[in-house]
Amino acid sequence: MALFRRILSLGRRSRMEREIDAELREHIAMCVDDNIARGMSRDEAERDARRRFGSPAAMRERVSEEDAALGIESLWRDVRGALRVFLRSPGFSLAVVTTLALGIGANTAIFQLLDAVRMRALPIAKPNELVEVRIAGGNPTGLGVSDNEFTDVTVPMWQELKEHHDPLSGIFAWRTSGVQVGSPGQSHEVSGLEVSGDLFRVLGVTPVQGRLIESQDESCQINRVVASYSFWKSQMAGEPITANTTIVAEGKSVQVLGVTPPSFFGMVVGDRFDLAYPTCTSPHARAEAFVYTVMGRLKPGWTLQQASEYFNALSPGLFAKTAPAGYSSEALKTWKAFRLGAYPAGAGVSFLRNQYDSSLEILLVITGLVLLIACANLANLMLARASGKRREVAIRISLGASRGRLLRQILLESAQLAACGAILGAVFAQPLSRALVRSLDTSQNTIHLTIAPDWRVLLFAAIAGIATCVVFGTLPALRSAGADPLASLKSGERGVVGNRERFSVQRTMVIIQIAVSMVLLVGALLFVRSYRNLLTLNPGIRESSITIGYCGFPSANIKPPNLADYKRQLVDAVRAIPGIENAAATTNVPLSGASWSHQVDVGAADGSSKFTYVSPSFFATLGIPLVEGRNFTENDTNDTPLVLIVNQAFVRKYAGARAPLGAQVHVRPEPNYPARTYQIIGVVPDTKYGDLREVPPPQAFVPIAQLPVTAQGPGMAMLIASRDPVATQLAVRHMLGAEHPGMEMQFFDFQQGILDHLAGDRMMARLAGFFGFLASLLVVVGLYGVLSYFLVQRRNEIGIRMALGASRSRVIGDMLRSACMMLVMGLAAGTVLALLAGREASALLFGLKSWDPATVGGAAALLTVVTLVASLFPALRAANVNPVDSLRAE
Amino acid sequence: MAKNDLQGALDLLILKTLSQLGSMHGYGIVMHIRRVTDELLIVEEGSLYPALHRMEQNGWVRASWAITDYGRKAKWYELTRAGREQLASREKNWAQVVKGVNAVLRFA
Repeated sequence: MALFRRILSLGRRSRMEREIDAELREHIAMCVDDNIARGMSRDEAERDARRRFGSPAAMRERVSEEDAALGIESLWRDVRGALRVFLRSPGFSLAVVTTLALGIGANTAIFQLLDAVRMRALPIAKPNELVEVRIAGGNPTGLGVSDNEFTDVTVPMWQELKEHHDPLSGIFAWRTSGVQVGSPGQSHEVSGLEVSGDLFRVLGVTPVQGRLIESQDESCQINRVVASYSFWKSQMAGEPITANTTIVAEGKSVQVLGVTPPSFFGMVVGDRFDLAYPTCTSPHARAEAFVYTVMGRLKPGWTLQQASEYFNALSPGLFAKTAPAGYSSEALKTWKAFRLGAYPAGAGVSFLRNQYDSSLEILLVITGLVLLIACANLANLMLARASGKRREVAIRISLGASRGRLLRQILLESAQLAACGAILGAVFAQPLSRALVRSLDTSQNTIHLTIAPDWRVLLFAAIAGIATCVVFGTLPALRSAGADPLASLKSGERGVVGNRERFSVQRTMVIIQIAVSMVLLVGALLFVRSYRNLLTLNPGIRESSITIGYCGFPSANIKPPNLADYKRQLVDAVRAIPGIENAAATTNVPLSGASWSHQVDVGAADGSSKFTYVSPSFFATLGIPLVEGRNFTENDTNDTPLVLIVNQAFVRKYAGARAPLGAQVHVRPEPNYPARTYQIIGVVPDTKYGDLREVPPPQAFVPIAQLPVTAQGPGMAMLIASRDPVATQLAVRHMLGAEHPGMEMQFFDFQQGILDHLAGDRMMARLAGFFGFLASLLVVVGLYGVLSYFLVQRRNEIGIRMALGASRSRVIGDMLRSACMMLVMGLAAGTVLALLAGREASALLFGLKSWDPATVGGAAALLTVVTLVASLFPALRAANVNPVDSLRAE
Repeated sequence: MAKNDLQGALDLLILKTLSQLGSMHGYGIVMHIRRVTDELLIVEEGSLYPALHRMEQNGWVRASWAITDYGRKAKWYELTRAGREQLASREKNWAQVVKGVNAVLRFA
């Protein structure tokens, strides 16, 4: 069949066109033959035949239009035509594709991060069946002790859940914890994953070597481990796992059972475990310590809602049974009121997600706006090109080209550019999102995130491409295809005055650009200033040249009653090292994110306060002055009256108008911390506690020698002030290592630790600043382009005006006035938008409001300068128009 | 109806010509119609070829290249089975139209 044959011959268009040509040519030839036979001369005969036949080209068009199969063919021809257009103007195409690739690339990179951090499921079978069991509404009063924000289950609670989990086909518990690897003295910490026996079975993780941890492996000593693929490759040289494979961990030789697949990074998105080891189901575990995250797989037929109801119903019995001893009755009531719920866990848990989610969302909006500005520039560029081709289009329309066909051709041009931009953008996004992840790395913590384009990322890039194509391609296409051929041919590009209407479209686009860049600049300034506020903030304590040392001495086997004395000796020994200015022991390092509270009653007031147990040298080491009262001395021990130094926030909250010194503070009992009554002996100023952003909470300091004996442990944190932190570390390590063999030591720089906490703010400040800068640059380019275009269009008008006596300054003034009109309207719209958008960002800002007038004013001033600079050059050029030249060009 | 009938008239002329001549090229079809109608009806090339190609698409005619009596290479068209069925229905339809138009014209 003919149609079939045509479809088969698709792509051999030229052959088919030749066929049509041949058929028509023969027709004319036959006509000529007949004419000659009728007695005409050859010339006459040909002329007559051609007259009767009409235009062969037009005829061929009409014949080929009948061909249904050729419809697809002509589309392909338009595609190639558009390609040719771009090859003819490579500079233009390159500029457009690069702009789009950068714009789409930046958007895709941010989206890819959001995808990896938030949306991507764990690399396990049926991740959507995975649920987490945790306390509904969390633990707002901070009862008990939590390892981190994801540990929500105590060992006794886990033992109950292990027996009662009807909605789940399998249940498991896990936690992350450092593991010391290597022989004592040369050990280093790797990332450990403590897992209950069923974890790998329930997740459906299969080993690439050996076997994984199973139920019978549970033990309270680490003696069997499973290595992650990366640990196995990097630290065990990828040697095959046998029954005799061992490594040294936690100071002893342990058996390596097997290796997990490369895709399995553990349960924490953004982190990667090195060694997994089995949990301990000791009946002596501390009942108030939340250590585990508990997850399981929903049985088929159970919904999340039903599972939550089941665990809710289970809760009263479970919490009554697992209540820790030693709490006050109020605290116990809170404990027994806890209710469990089931929550989706298919995407794992992630510190990154909690920390950077809103930052990434804002960044996505910012990059989206930058792309919008870039698209407006491209639209203007395409418009300018389209009007350059107006005569061509007009001629084609009058020759019978259909508007639909023209529209398609012009849209195809944009679509091809957008497609190239999207593809390059998706490629460019890969290194970009990796660089973004690296920028969030801190000195202590490297982020391990699988950055790979999945279908969501590709879909995003495709949608971004289509959206940009619609934004920058449709308007110019509609405009050219809708051109009135008669008017265009008549005036062409030679009109005396430009087309008002088209100018107003371009003006609107410039106004939108200014408005959007106003939003971006305000955002940029806000984030940069907020970061600067954080950097220059005075936390009330000395930050520089402070070394934090963590010492562990479980192997020294010191009895709890003697620990206080042992710690004092350690601090004294460190203070005696030459070059060290001061050193202090503390149970909590400020600004590290850790926190310790007790419930207190002061007179009639009750509530909570942070409690830190410190050596007498603590305040001197961190440069905290005493406002009133006295400092601790070495004589304040458990054998003398219990004393307390509080900060001013504590005084404001609990002492009221009374003099704080001498006031009694009752601390409610907790496991290992019996009820006590302290007397306030001193007051210190408010200092930052958990992180720089929060308002200093009420704080109380207790001499470390008065730490309850039951709360003493074989470890402590030291703050060491010295001129040379590097030398200090070496000296302390050397001294302690020599005198206390087996002591575990870790050192960190205090200031670096604080800066690490600002990684997110630093990223926002850098990226928002960069994109704000980029936006204003794009505005310069866009405005310059539009004004130059106006100038070209109005060249004749300006020439005539000047010939009629208009002064140069008048011409410059005209040009600038039109730019200023756009500026004012753009700024007005932009300010409103920026104020609306600022509310979203206010949670991320520190030390300034989102409607900070100085910031808004600064952004407006910056844009004004930018606008004037961008319009000055076209205006000066306009003033240099030579009336004779421009009129002669007619 | 009017538009379809005008279009249908050209299709009918071409189909009938091909059924009478068996196989013919475009120029031959034009000349045949001119001759038979005493130059009353002149089919324009601008309409003929698109119509022929459309019919080829629809499978009413099939085409092949062959040499004319005068030694020119031409594309010859002939009716297919579908084309003959089409012709039959068009002829019937045309008779109806003529009858209808005549009835209107002769109305006193």
